[in-house]
Amino acid sequence: MEVVTASDTHKAIDAVWRIESAKLIAGLTRITRDVGLAEDIAGDALVAALEQWPKSGVPDNPGAWLMAIGKRRAIDAMRRNPMMDRKHAELGHELESKQESPEPGLAEALDDHVGDDLLRLVFISCHPVLSTEARVALTLRLLGGLTTDEIARAFLVPESTVAQRIVRAKRTLSDAKVPFEVPRGPELAARVSSVLEVIYLIFNEGYSATSGEDWVRPGLCQDALRLGRIVAELAPNEAEVHGLVSLMEIQASRLRARVGPSGEPIVLLDQNRAKWDHVLIRRGLAALARAEALGGARGPFALQAAIAACHARARTADETDWRRIASLYEELAEVTPSPIVELNRAVALSMAFGPAAGLALVDTLTSEPTLANYHLLPSVRGDFLRKLGRFEEARIELERAASLTRNARERALLLERARACAESAAALPGGASTARTDSLAAT
Amino acid sequence: MRFMVIVKANAASEAGEMPSERLLTEMGKYNEELVKAGVLLAGEGLHPSSRGTRVRFSGSKREVVDGPFSETKELVAGFWLIQVKSKEEAIEWVKRIPNPDGGDSEVEIRQVFESEDFGEAFTPELRAQEERLRAEVASRA
Repeated sequence: MEVVTASDTHKAIDAVWRIESAKLIAGLTRITRDVGLAEDIAGDALVAALEQWPKSGVPDNPGAWLMAIGKRRAIDAMRRNPMMDRKHAELGHELESKQESPEPGLAEALDDHVGDDLLRLVFISCHPVLSTEARVALTLRLLGGLTTDEIARAFLVPESTVAQRIVRAKRTLSDAKVPFEVPRGPELAARVSSVLEVIYLIFNEGYSATSGEDWVRPGLCQDALRLGRIVAELAPNEAEVHGLVSLMEIQASRLRARVGPSGEPIVLLDQNRAKWDHVLIRRGLAALARAEALGGARGPFALQAAIAACHARARTADETDWRRIASLYEELAEVTPSPIVELNRAVALSMAFGPAAGLALVDTLTSEPTLANYHLLPSVRGDFLRKLGRFEEARIELERAASLTRNARERALLLERARACAESAAALPGGASTARTDSLAAT
Repeated sequence: MRFMVIVKANAASEAGEMPSERLLTEMGKYNEELVKAGVLLAGEGLHPSSRGTRVRFSGSKREVVDGPFSETKELVAGFWLIQVKSKEEAIEWVKRIPNPDGGDSEVEIRQVFESEDFGEAFTPELRAQEERLRAEVASRA
């Protein structure tokens, strides 16, 4: 027999917390109708576990144990607050009559609500009344079970900043009297979009970090994937949820292939496809099929997933079906017109029909104000110019791209490519300023 | 972190007995719970070893040996592949596997080797840089 130490128990409590905290907070929010109070009470229950479990051992049903403590505290809190007591007199009474600690009947009665409550918690955490940053922090905290410190580390901000964001978010929800409910009717679609945006934002911050020294933070990708999978089961009929999950699964399948040995980014077409994670690819393709079966093939996330699936299905980069990708981008541009989608479509066009086709589209985007400081525009344009043999113009674009990116590793990569262009330009007859003709570049 | 949760065989699974209806129901609920929590990546149950085969290697020789195999408790009867944050979380999930028929059995938890584990592939320089950056941000806030 191994000796169970206090620190083992603490690790076990962390694990229980990871599994149970969202359900606990959701259940307590249903009782108190106040997500801030519910989280505080859940925190109290955690403290109680930290005090008792190292002595008594982890109970057989730790979730029910935490909920029993939480409910008792919730009733106490309501008694202390007369306003709340009036508001919830009926609820409190009902609870008190069933207040006994973990017994199977109660656990099952609670289980019936768990899915609904979790979904309500998802919607409240991603409520449009909150700033994007607040939605992200609250979602990771309440649904992902992350500590304030873990969120701060993930986003490279001080812990106090995250703590403030969460406190303010809870106050905003309370002041705005945001109801704990699943939106219905016409509101539902917009609210679902808000949830998906938050999850994808978390994923993207992990997938291509907008700041800091590291190109990827896989932990955040895993958190977002887990959230996406949870929401997909909570709202199984929402096609776009499956579209988003598909997109994230397929993108995550490349995580270990997109970073080189010293942390440098490796672009999709240069990746070693043997390193792609085929468990995730299979899951991604299944989720895409689910989205399409629900009639969601033209959803923005499903379309992006379909594009990602084209890459996932190609055994080598040369086998990529670029014509299909270009046409999917065209559809995506119809559904969600955006210069960024056009920029991607330009890349697909260049791969399907040559760099001149891509450049023609990109040149229509250079005056686009939303792309004025977007590093990928000069980066892509520079790449087309390089392929067309217009090295001097390419160098200028790549250097401009390097000056615009906030990611240090990406900057290094761009500067290296700019240098290579400068060398190619110098090697040309007539020197750096020679303009190149398109016909030569095709070779 | 990814773990393979390996279910060991027992006399009943080796005899090819179908699980009781109660076990099937509870196992179904358990699997659903894993899916709803977003941790289940894959999982399968295996036929008894009487339908299995081993290939023995000895230098350049290959010998094909048909099942069943005798060391029941060491045989694999099924597996789950789960994605969790820690080994403790994997243990917590495994403790929740239903065992309604009250029999003795063993489940093994093994971490899946991920050679490109970026979290640990950080060089010390990068870690130092990250710490510096966080300190800078903190001092500006």
